[in-house]
Amino acid sequence: MTIEGILGRKLGTLQVFDDRGRLRGATALEVGPCFVTDIRTPERNGYTAVQVGYQDDRKLNRPEAGHLRAAGNLKLRHLAEFRTDDAGAYTLGDRIGAELFETGGLVDVTATSKGRGFQGGVKRHNFKGGPKTHGQSDRHRAPGSIGSGTTPGRVLKGTRMAGHMGAVQTTVRNLEIAGRNDDRNVIFVAGSVPGPIGGLVRIRKARKVAK
Amino acid sequence: MAYELDSLVDTEPRTNVPEFGSGDTVRVHAKVVEGDKERIQVFEGVVIRKRNKGLVSNFTVRKIASGVGVERTFPINSPRVDKIEVTRHGKVRRKNLYYLRGLTGKAARIKEKRY
Repeated sequence: MTIEGILGRKLGTLQVFDDRGRLRGATALEVGPCFVTDIRTPERNGYTAVQVGYQDDRKLNRPEAGHLRAAGNLKLRHLAEFRTDDAGAYTLGDRIGAELFETGGLVDVTATSKGRGFQGGVKRHNFKGGPKTHGQSDRHRAPGSIGSGTTPGRVLKGTRMAGHMGAVQTTVRNLEIAGRNDDRNVIFVAGSVPGPIGGLVRIRKARKVAK
Repeated sequence: MAYELDSLVDTEPRTNVPEFGSGDTVRVHAKVVEGDKERIQVFEGVVIRKRNKGLVSNFTVRKIASGVGVERTFPINSPRVDKIEVTRHGKVRRKNLYYLRGLTGKAARIKEKRY
């Protein structure tokens, strides 16, 4: 088993022809190149995983630089761990890129979604809002009732209301890989991916594949 | 933005595309997969729309098949399009010929372009 995931960057959306000649709506993701920066072993850490780093960073503080020294003094901005059963197949400083993913395979993509700020119930929780007509005023996007009366005499915890939306970690599962460009280290996944263009994404081989 | 991303895709732009536009009659040789066999099916009709969008440009062909209007949209650079031939240049005054959908028979004819 090889390492199951990698860090990358969202480049934008486009359409690509997949291996069956169908035109698919897709998102271009730069995948790495990532470098192995640490190997977690059962003896030292109690589990097996590979830590990888992504993207050049000119400024590193001394502890960060010290941690990366063993991997060849790379200046990497982002670090992430991925579990794998044979961490032994990797050595510090190894380069990992687009070749990890096969066209037609499924991946899960995790990223921070775009921040939407403070939003009302209609946008945030898909409330229907009030009627547009029949003498309504100020009720078009109102949330409606938020509970009963004297009993229980309070609003239940977790009641859906207006509030801050977006900018949370979001995972989209089982996206199909529609294509790959090894020279540019880019993969195309069919469908959309959370976050802005240029945002950091974590790509991992799909865990929950329908049988 | 989309055009910058196009440089990442290894789709080859088709080079043997004849010049054609709305109103022209074309023969599109489309690859059809039946089971595990692939064969070429020709779809001939009038181009009623052409969208120029770089690598993902497409066009729509309309024909009357056994009395029923049939429209098919082909991406110009699709690997499933084998060849595009122009059989007739039509003289039309607009870009999208949606008005042909409401017309049949004699009324749906398009004058040929004379040079």
